[in-house]
Amino acid sequence: MNQAFRIENSGLINRDKKLSFKFNGKTYFGYEGDTLASALLANGVHLVGRSFKYHRPRGFFGAGVDEPYAVVQLYRNGETEPNIKATEQELFEGLEAKSVNCWPSVNFDIGAINNFLRIFLPAGFYYKTFMWPKSFWYRIYEPFIRKAAGLGVASIKHDKERYEHKYEYCDLLIAGSGPSGLASAYAAAKNGAKVILAEDKPRFGGSLLTSDVNIGNQSGKDWAEGIIAELKTMPNVVVKNRSQIFGYYDHNMLVMSEKVSDHLPTTRKYHPNKRLWYIRAKEVLISSGSIERPIVFGNNDTPGVMLSSAAKEYLKVYGVLVGRKPLVFTNNDSGYETAIEFKKHGVDPVVLDSRKNPESEIIDEAKNLGINIKNSYVVVAAQGYKKVKSADIASISEDKKQLGKIENIECDCICVSGFWTPTIHLASQSGNKTKFKEEIDAFVPGQSKQNEITLGAANGVFTLEETLKTSFEAGSELSKKITENDNEIAIPNVVEKKSSQHDKFWCVPLPKGKNYKRFLDFQNDVAVSDIEIALREGYRSIEHVKRYTTLGMATDQGKTSNLNGLQLVSEIENKVVPAVGHTTFRPPYTPVSIGAIVGREVGKHSKPTRKSPMHSWHEKNNAVFVDAGVWLRPRYYKRGNENLFEGSKREAKNVRTNVGVCDVTTLGKIDIKGPDAAELLNRVYTNAWLKLPVGKARYGVMLREDGIVMDDGTTTRISENHYHMTTTTAQAANVLSHLEYYLQLVWPELNVNVVSTTEQWAGAAIAGPKSRDLLQKLFPNSDVSNEGLPFMGYMEGDLSGVKARIFRISFSGELAYEVNVESDYGNFMWEKIMEVGEEFNIQPYGTEALSTLRIEMGHVAGSELDGRTIPFDNALEGLVSKKKDFIGKRSLQRSAFIAEDRQRIVGVVPLDKQTSIPEGSHLVKDDKAPLPNPKLGHISASCWSVEYDNPFSLAILKDGKNMIGQKLFAMSPLKNKVIPVEIVSSHYVDPKGERVRS
Amino acid sequence: MLYINCPHCGMRSQNEFSYGGDASVKRPELNKEVSDQEWDNFVYNRKSLRGKHLELWQHISGCRQWIKVERDTATHEIFRTFKADEEVA
Ligand SMILES: [Zn+2]
Repeated sequence: MNQAFRIENSGLINRDKKLSFKFNGKTYFGYEGDTLASALLANGVHLVGRSFKYHRPRGFFGAGVDEPYAVVQLYRNGETEPNIKATEQELFEGLEAKSVNCWPSVNFDIGAINNFLRIFLPAGFYYKTFMWPKSFWYRIYEPFIRKAAGLGVASIKHDKERYEHKYEYCDLLIAGSGPSGLASAYAAAKNGAKVILAEDKPRFGGSLLTSDVNIGNQSGKDWAEGIIAELKTMPNVVVKNRSQIFGYYDHNMLVMSEKVSDHLPTTRKYHPNKRLWYIRAKEVLISSGSIERPIVFGNNDTPGVMLSSAAKEYLKVYGVLVGRKPLVFTNNDSGYETAIEFKKHGVDPVVLDSRKNPESEIIDEAKNLGINIKNSYVVVAAQGYKKVKSADIASISEDKKQLGKIENIECDCICVSGFWTPTIHLASQSGNKTKFKEEIDAFVPGQSKQNEITLGAANGVFTLEETLKTSFEAGSELSKKITENDNEIAIPNVVEKKSSQHDKFWCVPLPKGKNYKRFLDFQNDVAVSDIEIALREGYRSIEHVKRYTTLGMATDQGKTSNLNGLQLVSEIENKVVPAVGHTTFRPPYTPVSIGAIVGREVGKHSKPTRKSPMHSWHEKNNAVFVDAGVWLRPRYYKRGNENLFEGSKREAKNVRTNVGVCDVTTLGKIDIKGPDAAELLNRVYTNAWLKLPVGKARYGVMLREDGIVMDDGTTTRISENHYHMTTTTAQAANVLSHLEYYLQLVWPELNVNVVSTTEQWAGAAIAGPKSRDLLQKLFPNSDVSNEGLPFMGYMEGDLSGVKARIFRISFSGELAYEVNVESDYGNFMWEKIMEVGEEFNIQPYGTEALSTLRIEMGHVAGSELDGRTIPFDNALEGLVSKKKDFIGKRSLQRSAFIAEDRQRIVGVVPLDKQTSIPEGSHLVKDDKAPLPNPKLGHISASCWSVEYDNPFSLAILKDGKNMIGQKLFAMSPLKNKVIPVEIVSSHYVDPKGERVRS
Repeated sequence: MLYINCPHCGMRSQNEFSYGGDASVKRPELNKEVSDQEWDNFVYNRKSLRGKHLELWQHISGCRQWIKVERDTATHEIFRTFKADEEVA
């Protein structure tokens, strides 16, 4: 077939540019400006997929975002994307698409057996059928459902496309570029307001592209083109096509997805695939138009049944006939407009109108054109399996209850119009209290919660004249408030045909003895009978009916099904529709690519990576890095074929015997200045700080108000009113906020300033028995002897011309120092230390060796200070002052915190001195006790003690104080290990702390 | 995403702030005898109001000031914002 359904002299496509594409492996041709749907229809292809539940054949129902079921799997530039609406996907050269939801093929689909077994698949069938036996779930039900259902397959490959986020602010954000969008944008722009006008389709103009109207002295379409052209020249206006505003969030924040590249065969260099806009608007004008409502009748999901507005759009925008023998089924005048378009292009339609004697200008025109019109007639059922072949039609009584004799009429498509449903999704998302408008049988926006207004068809205004008038006024009024300009705009004359009242009729009764499926929700395969079952089974709330039947769920969000579903519920329940109420519309209005939501924050960019100034040195020296919060830290420096265990053991051992150097730049550093600095420290730390002399450091523990340890670290008095605080790497940001909280809110009378200096200082910890010898060589002009720089002492030094801060503090339990220089000199310092240290057999050590050293010394760190422990638990009660008050002190009196058998840190050694104990293992008394085996404590950290050459762990153990010497079991169900252990002191090495003072 | 008027910086998006809880809570003074009940009320007991609520936020990616925000917890409407030392009338 070669575009046999394409007609001349119609459409906005570019016939000079022919494009080839593939659908289900077969090659077709279309034109630039087509959608995949219009191009397929031009080639007479109506069968596009299979339905979600029953696997019934599916065609095209709409022509844009309203499409409930023509979704395809798209292949583009080596990537695949599921869930693409064929009616929205623009055609490009080489496009490939496949049907979804069918296996093995769209023409022969095994799942379609569901269609014939559908007695088993009524409402709630997932809940009922797959409940039991439980063991069947993973083996049988889930694989079956996964294969048989779903709307496509997500790619498991890395997505090589790029997605961007953009933040934008404007005075007026206008959603939709139909008549109301254009008029309000124009008026607001003329008043100098900053305007963003968003259109989801490639073409601006909305309904003006297809309607037969005049504005001013031009056609609606030409008027729209003129307005858009002018808006584009204005510096205060942004007009965006292919851009869908899909979510309305708090405080007038809206999110829009711009398809930058989807209409092109490949994404252009430096361009993103999609751009997500976060727009904060002072005012939002919703001009999202309306979607035609189906009328429900038998087999109304057969390919070839579609909205009459869609048929008109295919004809007028794409020059495509959706059929050569169309049947138009309508309850209002819109169906006539479609019939007239068919007639004008040489096709004879038949119009069935449920109304008895409608009269209007539009109907007169249809009559004058000689169109065959049958009044008080309805389609009872479509006939044909993969495509409409004919229709059963009948006359209908005035009360719409009795059908006349059924006749069969040949046709190849059924264009249906059940009047219009305003698109209120965005308004509803904004928190607007919608209200039911009786005249149009639909909900419209009511009381606003945010700064939004809905205009035109989206507000239930279906005449162009009123739409333009109210929209010009609204654009003008709202912008005037913001810019204080008031440029008057002459509202142009409008020529449009008057239409008559629609028929309040939405569902054709079943003829006697027939059991046709009459679908409400085409995407989720929800039929009239499903709603009836749900109500029979006692579901009353519309929200429950929705979940039980899946009506209005998923990507469709009830665009075409919502009101008919409500009509049905209200009819059965004998309530009026507003009393039934509608379900909540949730963002996104249409599916949004996960890639677009994630944006640039993928892979390495998902969080910032912080590197120390010495990072490149570590890289050059075979460091194996580990993530420490957002920092990258050397875990160990690999030599030859060493693994982590071997490498870290070597490094730790070298610290204990010679000297090692560790990059401690990542430690949080806070500079504290002011006359009340000591007082602040005295209040935030548990120990006393008022008498710390200048040039001395002190270890401190800080608590939260609930008594739990928040952080620990050393703070040094640099000068009279100047302190240097260190925090753990992980808590650096929290500690700063904590200090700011107390200084700004609780004790504003304290004259202190705090500022983070983490990134200003590069730090190197030099540890080991030879560290002093090394330090003396590094600072030949300083006296770093035990007298000159005693334990917890501080001095400034001159490192070959670079000012350095030298702290005698130790985390490893060895004689140790920490040297800080300004970050830019970090690498210089490091290289100097390595160079001078050579004669002392210096080795750099990473975080793994650092952990080993601190664990066997019994120094607590993050794994013990885990947000659940108090000072006592960590054997830090000696640092808790009894004399002064401090943050969290009062909480330490809680009965659980002073219990006799309170948990406490202990050391744990496996009896066999061989088996390493997995971190997180539970300590129990009896490894054979029935489950749940009472847990006495847990292993917080494990290492291989280099001092004793056997495994050693720290644990937080109930009544730990009295447990030393006890034999317990460490159990790790995760690792399937049970290890007999002995409880020992947590200070495994140098319990008296002599080395640090040596 | 909320739009918060930092009294120091102006209108900024919520993602620049971090939440700090009920602003009406007063820490008992240091060195003062406090009953268990009083202390529990300060540390743990919060009203979790529906409606107008005075709460703390820190402009963490901005001026780093702690501010007070009067917000409706149900509708998210923000009525007023205050500096840390400003009296809330
Ligand atoms: Zn600020």
